[in-house]
Amino acid sequence: MLTAEDKKLIQHIWEKVQGHQEDFGAEALQRMFATYPQTKTYFPHFDLSKGSDQVRGHGKKVVNALGNAVKSLDNLSQALSELSNLHAYNLRVDPSCFALQLLSQSFQVVLASHLGKEYTPEVHAAFDKFLSAVAAVLAEKYR
Amino acid sequence: MVHWTAEEKQLISSVWAKVDVAECGAEALARLLIVYPWTQRFFADFGNLSSPTAIIGNPKVRAHGKKVLTSFGEAIKNLDAIKATYTKLSELHCEKLHVDPENFRLLGDILIIVLASHFTKDFTPACQFAWQKLVSVVAHALARKYH
Repeated sequence: MLTAEDKKLIQHIWEKVQGHQEDFGAEALQRMFATYPQTKTYFPHFDLSKGSDQVRGHGKKVVNALGNAVKSLDNLSQALSELSNLHAYNLRVDPSCFALQLLSQSFQVVLASHLGKEYTPEVHAAFDKFLSAVAAVLAEKYR
Repeated sequence: MVHWTAEEKQLISSVWAKVDVAECGAEALARLLIVYPWTQRFFADFGNLSSPTAIIGNPKVRAHGKKVLTSFGEAIKNLDAIKATYTKLSELHCEKLHVDPENFRLLGDILIIVLASHFTKDFTPACQFAWQKLVSVVAHALARKYH
């Protein structure tokens, strides 16, 4: 799935995310909640208003987890194993929520809007593949 | 019928006014073929699609991208009658072109990313919402006449 070239592009782009984990994470979640209101159903216990600390904190968590995945591109299954259990048995987020476009799209829009032209078609393709791979691993134990 | 708020209409037209239809259209279609390579199945006669560089520079891809995005412009001019605007195109995509409607959703998402990379922070969450709604309505209208 991920070629050697894809992995290089992903790691290179991830360097631009360093230092902005909380901002990018919060923005991705904010865009996702705004664009796909059905995703809010998983956070009835959160304050989802703009600038919410809970959203910032959760955004940072999500992006840090993605960062771990970027460090383990050769073994996503293992790196994400605990999160995979969590999503399958506790959170039970509908897999198409992240398996398909919703969070992936929102996160990619954040990257594209911050990186502009640097989010080239090649980077876009590699990243889209990466997020699909992460989503597939997270949904692995659903049934 | 789709309901558009005044704000959504404004966000859609203000972004559209700044879009270079030929460039954006070409880029969106090229990215579709690059990011989701299986979509190349519809363009076997387009010539060289062997690499991202080839796809981006391919004149048939560029021309077709422009055509597709120009058609979007029609939807934007007729936000209150999108279904009617796309009736014939829907029949065409089903009966002649045999395109799985899932591809309309993919192209819509790609267009959003292209807009985000061009307009950067001006492509606010509110903009994204209005445009995601638009691409979803267009995709739906294109799929409507499938049988």
